[in-house]
Amino acid sequence: MGKTLFEKIWDAHIVVEKENSPSLIYIDRHLVHEVTSPQAFDGLRMNNRSVRRPDLTIATMDHNVPTNNRTLPILDQTSAVQIQTLEKNCKDFGIQLFDINSPNQGIVHVIGPQLGITLPGSTIVCGDSHTSTHGAFGALAFGIGTSEVEHVLASQTLWLEKPKPFEIIVAGKRKNPHAVTAKDIILSIIKNIGTSGGNGTVIEYRGEGICDLSMEQRMTICNMSIEAGARAGLIAPDEKTFEYLRGRKYTPKNYESLVEYWKDNLKTDSDAKFEKKYTLHIDNIAPQVSWGTNPGMTCDVTESIPSPEDFSNGDQNQKKGAEQALEYMALKPGTPIIEIKIDRVFIGSCTNARLEDLIEASKVVKGRKLSPHVRAMVVPGSQMVKKQAEELGLDKIFTNANFEWRESGCSMCLGMNPDILSPGERCASTSNRNFEGRQGTGGRTHLVSPVMAAAAAIEGHFVDVREMDLN
Amino acid sequence: MISFKKIKTVVTPLDKVNVDTDQIVPKQFLKLVQKSGFGKFLFYNWRYDDQEQTKSDFILNNPRYKNSKILVAGDNFGCGSSREHAVWALQDYGFSVIIAPSFADIFYSNCFKNGILPIILHEKTVEKLQKESGDVEVDLENQMIATSSEKISFDIDSHKKKILLEGLDDIAQTLLYEKKISEFEKQSKIPSVL
Repeated sequence: MGKTLFEKIWDAHIVVEKENSPSLIYIDRHLVHEVTSPQAFDGLRMNNRSVRRPDLTIATMDHNVPTNNRTLPILDQTSAVQIQTLEKNCKDFGIQLFDINSPNQGIVHVIGPQLGITLPGSTIVCGDSHTSTHGAFGALAFGIGTSEVEHVLASQTLWLEKPKPFEIIVAGKRKNPHAVTAKDIILSIIKNIGTSGGNGTVIEYRGEGICDLSMEQRMTICNMSIEAGARAGLIAPDEKTFEYLRGRKYTPKNYESLVEYWKDNLKTDSDAKFEKKYTLHIDNIAPQVSWGTNPGMTCDVTESIPSPEDFSNGDQNQKKGAEQALEYMALKPGTPIIEIKIDRVFIGSCTNARLEDLIEASKVVKGRKLSPHVRAMVVPGSQMVKKQAEELGLDKIFTNANFEWRESGCSMCLGMNPDILSPGERCASTSNRNFEGRQGTGGRTHLVSPVMAAAAAIEGHFVDVREMDLN
Repeated sequence: MISFKKIKTVVTPLDKVNVDTDQIVPKQFLKLVQKSGFGKFLFYNWRYDDQEQTKSDFILNNPRYKNSKILVAGDNFGCGSSREHAVWALQDYGFSVIIAPSFADIFYSNCFKNGILPIILHEKTVEKLQKESGDVEVDLENQMIATSSEKISFDIDSHKKKILLEGLDDIAQTLLYEKKISEFEKQSKIPSVL
């Protein structure tokens, strides 16, 4: 019987295999950031261990870096200590670090692909659940806890139980690809399969609707695999993948011979078997807006807030969850999405802060002004994205419309730096999680695409971006 | 590594589904660089109000559950962020067993690294356990939960059971495979980054 792409990558990385037990899997790339690594380095020190492969390990600081003027000192002392701790750990253990002043600094899942560190067919881990982003390149990439970070630093391996392969086919073509985006595809998938629909699996996204996407859009899809509970999400590499990585800073010297090998080996066999299947038809999907406190609580922009009864389909626990969510979000069933007013807009995060995201959002903003009662921030995913955007004049488009143009980092996606919502504030956000308090205690998050966030910023409430003239 | 064998306490019922790790430990407490002391931040926004006063309606603030070591929660517990701080907080607070109909993958794996036993039981059994008022015994060796009225067996992977029972140092065990790891590296097609 044939194998799925996931099974091929898994099999190619087995160091030790035992029956009815986890396998020891080799890790090709380890990305490290300041929040989930200090305790791991401490563990190494206590046991007098070294980092086995510093040459496969790359670090940056992204989660709690301020996104205002970089020449100023970091005011939050605990953040400053965490950042200094990463600097010291990288120095002590010989790890390449892109620090706060590096032109390569950025969100770890944005810089990996941009620098050519992410490669097809490789295994990639990071102490961050959105590591699934790198799956867009046909890599097996997943988030791990700090104990596992320490384990990889010490041994370059992990003991893992083999997840089950899950096939998601995205069929058809979007009618308006500038208004209905990759974010709307993945939110539609999560809405349908639920936030635990992917637990214990690795999703392979396939079909015409996936092939049509650019690499940056594919990253948005794979990024949110974890919001469906999946260990990882991946997409078979094609010419777009190989072209994207060609000639980047750390693209391997023997890249073309690797490409030839990948072309022959990195695809699911026609007779391979998936344990689970789901198909989404995208011909008629609408822009999506989340209304609750997990990404599965999402609906079309043309719809109204559902009643907990309708949402739960008879499941009492889901019904209670929806009631609690509506209370937290201060929303009433039956309210049309387009009548929901917003206070803040956040365009950023490892889901949607790449160059294409900013270009698309700028088309909505160009020649218009921010709604007077809204505060809007654009936080590029990396210093490189920021520079490229500025070369295209995007910063001027945003600042002319009264948006803030910031330095790169995770920022208000999780609010570990000063970029947070105040209690009760409502935000249209291009990030990945609408959990209670995620963007600030008492803050209310609605997940949307960059163009939907930009449109809401202009109008002061949600609008169907399909009805706007895009520049 | 911390080992786990057997405990007996009242259970704390947390009647919520999809409890994410942002709720278990909010982000403002992730800036610490050590592993200890996270217990006071556990379920912070549910335990404390804006003035940092305890909320009497939250289950952990009920004195009845003060010494409970068993948390019984709803479906998909620990979803979202990979932060191991969530497990450190549960452990530091005093929990050593978490029972739920399902767990998120990364959270489940993080538990075993910190001496916490996550147990998956059928939804109906979990609901029944949440109503249990007396002491409940959890025995890992025999994979058995005993309430005042019944015994419930549970499944666990034998490798993970061994790690918890013996409190094994994962890394030391792995490094015994040094030769295999080196052999793997010799034939790997993926080159170094630098």
